[in-house]
Amino acid sequence: MNLVNLFKIAIKALSNNKMRGFLTMLGIIIGVGAVITMLAIGQGSKRSIQNQISEMGSNMIMIYPGGDRRGGVRLDADDMESLKLQDLEDIQNQTRYVSYVSPSVNSAGQAIFGANNTPTTVYGISPEYMDIRRYKIEDGDIFSEQDVKTAAKVCVVGKTVVDELFPNGENPVGKVIRFGKIPLRIIGVLESKGYNSMGMDQDDLILAPYTTVQKRMLAITHLQSIICSALTEDYTDEAIEEISSILRRNHKIKETDEDDFEIRSQQEMSEMLTSTTDIMTLLLAAVAGISLLVGGIGIMNIMYVSVTERTREIGLRMSIGAKGRDILAQFLIESILISVTGGMIGIVVGIGAAVLVKVFASFPIYIQPWSVFLSFAVCSITGIFFGWYPAQKASRLDPIEALRYE
Amino acid sequence: MKEVIRLENIRRDFIVGDETVHALRGISLTIGEGEFVTIMGTSGSGKSTLLNTLGCLDTPTSGEYYLDGVAVRSMDKNARATLRNRKIGFVFQNYNLLPKTTAIENVELPLMYNSTYSAAERHRRAEEALRSVGLGDRLLHKSNQMSGGQMQRVAIARALVNDPAVILADEATGNLDTRTSFEVLVLFQELHAQGRTIIFVTHNPDIAKYSSRNITLRDGHIVSDASNQRILSAADTLASLPKTED
Repeated sequence: MNLVNLFKIAIKALSNNKMRGFLTMLGIIIGVGAVITMLAIGQGSKRSIQNQISEMGSNMIMIYPGGDRRGGVRLDADDMESLKLQDLEDIQNQTRYVSYVSPSVNSAGQAIFGANNTPTTVYGISPEYMDIRRYKIEDGDIFSEQDVKTAAKVCVVGKTVVDELFPNGENPVGKVIRFGKIPLRIIGVLESKGYNSMGMDQDDLILAPYTTVQKRMLAITHLQSIICSALTEDYTDEAIEEISSILRRNHKIKETDEDDFEIRSQQEMSEMLTSTTDIMTLLLAAVAGISLLVGGIGIMNIMYVSVTERTREIGLRMSIGAKGRDILAQFLIESILISVTGGMIGIVVGIGAAVLVKVFASFPIYIQPWSVFLSFAVCSITGIFFGWYPAQKASRLDPIEALRYE
Repeated sequence: MKEVIRLENIRRDFIVGDETVHALRGISLTIGEGEFVTIMGTSGSGKSTLLNTLGCLDTPTSGEYYLDGVAVRSMDKNARATLRNRKIGFVFQNYNLLPKTTAIENVELPLMYNSTYSAAERHRRAEEALRSVGLGDRLLHKSNQMSGGQMQRVAIARALVNDPAVILADEATGNLDTRTSFEVLVLFQELHAQGRTIIFVTHNPDIAKYSSRNITLRDGHIVSDASNQRILSAADTLASLPKTED
């Protein structure tokens, strides 16, 4: 018995029961399709998070004051006031792996222009912030070091703020808006960055010299945080080490004591965020995998029915010279044909569904070649695995009994 | 006369629960090429077991069986399957055609399990076999589009297609009405006339009159083995049957 004949026999048997074959296949189609779509969604959101993070600056390092005990009372990190201008200057001057440093002090409030107003946040920063966060100026200019020194009442605004305050499309550059009681002259507009992976509007902000925010709005001398960037992403760990030793020295922290500050890198953030999507991907894939398993059980079920139903046929085939392995191969090929055909249709359906998700739900998707390959391989193995037992049962039938079967 | 089948003291015991059932209790016989043998017996006489043994589907408990000179008892399952494929043609009472399958595909089936045949050769031989049973014009009819007589002819064509050493028929006319039975019997007599070896198992004593030799079994023994000197012509009987009005 050659393979070509076995295929002919199997195809013939399947075409005798098209509806049943199709329904069995449907289980595999849905299973494989679901695996591919789910992985595409999972991978897509992971990718988009990674992209947004690298847009934000993948080499970014953030320094916050850490919580600490003072006289037995656990204090909130913001109340610590442990980050000083001196820390900033030292990081600027005494590190080798840090390229840009900017302080950050912010204040939330209402921005007002004429009859329009919008709630937003003012970030007090130095011009280097632009390089760290990879913000670009679309129109106008960023404020200068001179403006920082003089705590000038100037600002750069994000697109969302512009849209809210200037609904008629006037050019905001040169206009004076008010933030709380402080008038700020707009000297530049930021290029839009859209929403980030956590759903935050990255254009809903006002950038002003940190001195302006410190003195005129918050009346503080400490820094709420320091933000800097490593030379490249790969030097993040070295940069963190340098910063850490400077801050420990400046804050006079004993060898045995814990840091009174916290350093977070974008790398960490990226790992944290993608680990969430990794778990999501895993869950989605697990659910989809279960539906593939159910599809496989469907194949097994239908193959058992098929073997029982065709007991006489098996007896006949054996009596005219089919060996046990011919019968085994015939039923195995049938189940493999179902699963492989189902798998191929499933790939098309899965990719199609993923594209639909992208088009209609504008969800980021990414179809990873290995996920297609993997689900196809899994469904082929499913066919063999779940087809094996029914096929073996068929091949072990006694031809005399089988011929007599009613 | 060339010997096609030789049974030497064949015994077949089945163990049913605590009891041993002796289906065949020492059967010895030889059947030569070109014989048309009917094997008769009541139910429980062992004729089905004998047929299964002759068809290499069952292995005797003791004794030896030579089919076309080959010792069968020591063969393994696969070797017996191949032997069935090359040397035996089965015709069953209930035809056992594959459903939703055309006549020619049914007839090709034994050759599908013989990789020495090409697809074209298979088709040619199946067509030839169908023509020889008078179904040359029904090659592409499916099994459910045919009458019982036609289906049995397809089954006979399937039994002929591998040019077997022996054709084993198991109550081949059992499901057919009298007229159709004789039509099939005519076909068997034609095959006999062409020199085919036919073993026809039946409990219908009338059929014995149309065969060349009749063996009767009872309780696992051969009780009579007589050659028929006056073989009736099935064609004559068929002609003498009253015409059905339809």
